Amino acid sequence: MSSTRQRVYGYLAEFKSASALYKAAEKVRDAGFKQWDCYSPYPIHGLDGAMGIKRSVLPWFVFCGGITGTATAFTLAYSTQVVIFPTVVQGKPANIFTIPAFFPIMFELTILFSGFTVLFGLLSLIRLPRLNHPLFASHQFHRATDDGFFIAIEARDGNFSTAGTRDLLEEIGGSNIELVAEED
Amino acid sequence: MASPIQHASEASHSRPILPVLEREKLILSGRSYHWITARICGVLENQQPLLWWLLFIPSALIAAIGVGGGLFYLVSTGVGVWGNTNRVMWGWPIVNFVFWIGIGHAGTLISAILFLTRQNWRTSINRAAEAMTIFAVMCAGIFPAFHVGRVWMAWFLAPVPNANAIWQNFKSPLLWDVFAVSTYFTVSLIFWFLGMVPDLATIRDRCQPGIRKIIYGILSLGWRGGNRQWSHYEMAYLLLAALSTPLVLSVHSVVSFDFATSVVPGWHTTIFPPYFVAGAIFGGFAMVLTIMVPARFIYGLQDLITMKHIDNMAKIILLTGTIVGYAYLMELFVAFYSGAIYEMDAFKFRIAGPYWWAYAAMMTCNVIAPQVFWSRACRENLWVVMIVAMFVNVGMWFERFVIIVTTLARSWLPGDWKTYAPSAADQILFIGTIGFFLSLFLLFLRFLPCINIAEVKWAKRESDPHYEDHVEHPDPGVIKEPAYQHELAQLSAQKPAIGNLEPQLSIPQ
Repeated sequence: MSSTRQRVYGYLAEFKSASALYKAAEKVRDAGFKQWDCYSPYPIHGLDGAMGIKRSVLPWFVFCGGITGTATAFTLAYSTQVVIFPTVVQGKPANIFTIPAFFPIMFELTILFSGFTVLFGLLSLIRLPRLNHPLFASHQFHRATDDGFFIAIEARDGNFSTAGTRDLLEEIGGSNIELVAEED
Repeated sequence: MASPIQHASEASHSRPILPVLEREKLILSGRSYHWITARICGVLENQQPLLWWLLFIPSALIAAIGVGGGLFYLVSTGVGVWGNTNRVMWGWPIVNFVFWIGIGHAGTLISAILFLTRQNWRTSINRAAEAMTIFAVMCAGIFPAFHVGRVWMAWFLAPVPNANAIWQNFKSPLLWDVFAVSTYFTVSLIFWFLGMVPDLATIRDRCQPGIRKIIYGILSLGWRGGNRQWSHYEMAYLLLAALSTPLVLSVHSVVSFDFATSVVPGWHTTIFPPYFVAGAIFGGFAMVLTIMVPARFIYGLQDLITMKHIDNMAKIILLTGTIVGYAYLMELFVAFYSGAIYEMDAFKFRIAGPYWWAYAAMMTCNVIAPQVFWSRACRENLWVVMIVAMFVNVGMWFERFVIIVTTLARSWLPGDWKTYAPSAADQILFIGTIGFFLSLFLLFLRFLPCINIAEVKWAKRESDPHYEDHVEHPDPGVIKEPAYQHELAQLSAQKPAIGNLEPQLSIPQ
């Protein structure tokens, strides 16, 4: 136990409500911090602006995924039905006029590929899954998924200082301020 | 809190006073965030009530015998054990397929369409409805997979080169159906799972260290609830809702193409896609009510799934039921107006032929029964709501029976005419899927959060970061009229309804 080194993750402070968290976030943002986050049991609308976070880029990923799906379905249907193996069923044509009959599958694969892009795009953007995180070492952080509102400022941020950051968190109304450390 | 009348009199000299209907509370009794967490997680953390076992054991047995045994018998003997004939080649298996896939529509409708239209009341019921979607589509998938005849060759449906060097017919609605249903299942599963990640993290954080914590920890992917995660997460949820909205409308449209694109009297109509979609939503909501009304009662979720939720669902059933009724009548009118004798005969046969009882059951259950929901007293009486929901469940099954069996039993050549009857194997498998569906749903209640914890918390008014600012500056020019719930509270004080047995629980700290 004594030989274990501790690596400081940062400060964790609790706020009493969503409103308090929102106002505190604006102040942390204005103090110039970059490596920090607000933790809440549900998404707080408007907090992105208060934290200075840009709009998510996920839609662009999904757009590309969707287009890939459309192209895949079209290529699959057209190449097999018209080019490789023209199947004449019920006298329906096997040429360029067949394309309208491919629309349902083109639509479905667009949605399918987009759906997978949402899942994997999201996971890569939020850097999950991961099995552990330094914040899980905190004795109060489990309340962030229940009824706690927290701000964590990370030690790797350039503006971080042991005394100054603590003072800032106290000043903006944080309580239960805790220095979170993980075993190195 | 100052009286609203007082505000009004202060402001009366400056501008006209407008009465504004106060917005409904979606969570009753002012429950705290912690109460919400504890109550929803309690459903899966506490020992299950005896009723759970009383429902689960028979359901699981029926599923094992019906689906397990039924399919074993079917595969080991051959599809001849079903009642399908040369003429009625679809019969019960496809009736049941369309029935189950229809039920699967309410979940995604609640999750996606009501999300896009900002209907915040969806938050209390979307999780269970999505679960129901997944399980209903699983039940539905069994039927076409085995209906192909040789189930070990069902992979021929997949667009991969096979031994015969023949590719799938991409012009066929049946192949569209394969793509539509499998996409629907996959995207619904992603939607359901992603929606559950924050709640699984809540359960993980409440677990004592041990195997449970590890399992929920892995399922929750290490979710922390930071706004940098929520920001992307909310976007992902919005995107999935936007993708699922056309998807849910497309799935039953494509199912209806199976019928509408074939040149068969009674099927070959353009009304089929909207009619099928409305019917699917109708049947799906009935199943949501069938399941959620008892569940909210058993697990004491009355403050989260309120009478307002049930009222809204009853109204949707009324609306979609009326659309379905319109479609039934419009089909008759178009058959008459077309002047085509085969079309007219097909409908005469449906109404007055040997299957008249199925048509009558469909009309009674789907069109007449939901009309009681015009009356508020009926929407507020949970017994009436349950009985109507049961009627709709039955009626929607009969609708598919009417569409498939009565049409196929009379083809163009009188020599083909035949009366269809399901075999015992048909019936056992169908009853088995009901057991399968119920046991999956009960397992869901046992192991997963049945209400969306994060979204229900979000739906509380205090969750708005500007809530406190609003409280400090009330608009003096507005009289707030009491919402529906105030009236309801007075109503239930007079005659206690079954759903309101527990609203006086003390608020835990």
